Amino acid sequence: MVPGVTHEELAISVSGLRKSYADNVAVAGVDLAVPRGEVFALLGPNGAGKTTTVEILEGFRTRDSGQVSVLGIDPARADRDWRRRVGIVLQGTGEFDELKVHEVVRHFARFYPNPADPDEVIERVGLTEKANSRTHTLSGGQKRRLDVALGIVNQPEVLFLDEPTTGFDPAARREFWDLIRQLSHTGTTILLTTHYLDEAEALADRVGVIARGTMIAVSTPAELGGRHLATATVSWREEGGPRSEDTDRPTEVVQRLAASFGGEVPELTVTRPTLEDVYLKMIGENGQEPA
Amino acid sequence: MSTLTKQETAQPAVREAGGLSLALAQGGIEFKQFVRTRESLVFTLLFPVMLMLIFGSIFGSVIITPPGEIPAVTLSQYFVTGMIASGIMATGFQNLAITIPIERDRGVLKRYRGTPMPKWVFFAGKILCVAALAFIAIVLLLGVAVALYDLRLPDTGQKWFTFGWVSVLGLIACTLCGIAFSGVAKTGRSGPAVVTPIALILQFTSGVFFEYSDLPHWMQQFAALFPLKWMCQGLRSVFLPESFASQEVAGSYELGRVALVLAAWCVGGLILCLVGFRWTTKREG
Repeated sequence: MVPGVTHEELAISVSGLRKSYADNVAVAGVDLAVPRGEVFALLGPNGAGKTTTVEILEGFRTRDSGQVSVLGIDPARADRDWRRRVGIVLQGTGEFDELKVHEVVRHFARFYPNPADPDEVIERVGLTEKANSRTHTLSGGQKRRLDVALGIVNQPEVLFLDEPTTGFDPAARREFWDLIRQLSHTGTTILLTTHYLDEAEALADRVGVIARGTMIAVSTPAELGGRHLATATVSWREEGGPRSEDTDRPTEVVQRLAASFGGEVPELTVTRPTLEDVYLKMIGENGQEPA
Repeated sequence: MSTLTKQETAQPAVREAGGLSLALAQGGIEFKQFVRTRESLVFTLLFPVMLMLIFGSIFGSVIITPPGEIPAVTLSQYFVTGMIASGIMATGFQNLAITIPIERDRGVLKRYRGTPMPKWVFFAGKILCVAALAFIAIVLLLGVAVALYDLRLPDTGQKWFTFGWVSVLGLIACTLCGIAFSGVAKTGRSGPAVVTPIALILQFTSGVFFEYSDLPHWMQQFAALFPLKWMCQGLRSVFLPESFASQEVAGSYELGRVALVLAAWCVGGLILCLVGFRWTTKREG
C-alpha cells in the first residue's frame, strides 16, 4: 500500500494475485497499489509475469486467486461503462491492413461517448503525415503509435501500456515520453511495462520490479533497491592486478589508499550503482536471466 | 482537476453512436477492408464466375433432360444454380472462416474486445459485409449466366420470393458457420488449409459440379446433412423449369425441407458461434 493514500484514491489495487498456466506459475502473489494520477512502471525480464499481470488488470485474462480492482471495479466483471474509462495499448502491434490511419482512429472513436478529436489524437502521436496511409504501409514504430492513438482516443482515466516503445527509434521514443508526460499532467493514471530502464527512470513516479511472478521491489526510480544509500565501489590497481572494495565510506577508503600509496592511487575510481546495476542485481538474486 | 481539464480540452467530434449505427459503421469498415484486399476480391467474388465460365465452356450445351422433353435444361444452366449457392458459401463460410483467424492473429479482435463495442456489433458488421458481398456475387453470376447460358431470370413473384429466402437463409447459415468455424483454425496461416477442403468436398457431393441425382447414394446421404445441397436444390426450383423437378432424387424440389434444414443450420450455427468463438489466440489464454 502507498502510505497516506486511501482506498478510494487508488486507481489500481491488486493483492495476492496468482495465475498459473498448465505447466508454469506466471504470477505468484503480486501486490500493487497505484494512486490516481501516478505513472507506475513495471520492470522485469521476459516471462516475469508483466504481461499476464497487466492483461488481468485489462480484463483479458482470468486469475486463479487474489483481489484486483481497477477504478473500483473488478476487471473480470468489466462492463461497457468500465471499458469506456480504460485505455489499453497491448503488447505487439495490431494490424488493420487495408484501412487508413484516420479511418481506424475515427472508427474506434465511435465506440466512446466522449472521445478526443481523432485528428488531434493522430497529431499527438505524430502520425498526421500518415493519416491517409493504409496501416500496412506503416513502419513498426508508426504502427505502435497507431496503437497508442487507439489507447488514448477515449480520454481514459487509466491507461495501460504494455511495452509501448518497442521498435521506436530514439527520437520517436523521446516524443512518446513527452506524450506520456502530457497525459500524466491531465491526470491520467498510467501503468506501463517496459524493458528499458531509462524509460522507467524518465517517466515513472514509481517502479516495481517483477521477477518470477513476484514483485521484488517497489520504489521511486531514484531509490530503487536502496540505490541512493547504496555502497560505493572504490577500485584501483596495485601490484598483482586490479582491486576493488565496496564501502559505505568511500572517502575514508580513498584517504587510506592515498596514505598507503604515498600519493596518487593508480587507476582510482569511485562508482555508485546505476538503475541498471541495481535492477540486474535484483533480477540475478531472483535467479532469472535478465532479458 | 483532471476531469475539469478534460472537459475543457474535449472536442467531441464524433458522438458515441447507438448500437444500430455502430453495426452499420462496423459493416462499412469490414466492407472497405474487403474490397481493398485484392486477393479476397479475386478469390471470393471472381473465382465462382471463373469456374462457371470454365465449366460452361466445357459442358456448355450438354442437355441433361430426357430426350425430347421441353423445355430442355443444359448442364451449364444446372451448374449456374450450384455456382450461386457456392458463391454464397464462399462469401459467408470460406471468407469468414479464413479471415477471422488472421484478424485474431493480428490482434484486431483483441483490440475490439478492449473497447465498449457490444460483441454483437462485431458479428453484425461481418454479416452486413457478407450480405453486401453475396449480393454482388449473385448479380455477377446471374449477369454472366443470362448473357452466356440462356439462363432465364425468375418470371413469377413466387419464384423471386423463393430465390430471396433460400439465399438469405443459406447466407445466414453459412455466415454463422463461418464465424463458428473460425475457432477451428489455430492460426491465420492454417485457415485456408482447414477450410478449402471442406468447401471442395461439399461442392463435389452437393450437386455443384455434377448432377446430384447421378451421385452415389451414400454421397447424397452425406451431402444432405449440410446446407449446400439444400441451397442448390432450392435455387434449382427457382431457375430450372417446374418439369425438371421430376429429375430430382425425391421427385420434387422439397422446398419445405430446404427451409427446415437451412433454418436448423442457422440455429446450430448460432449456438456454435456463441460457444466456440474466440477473441484471442490460445497462446494468450
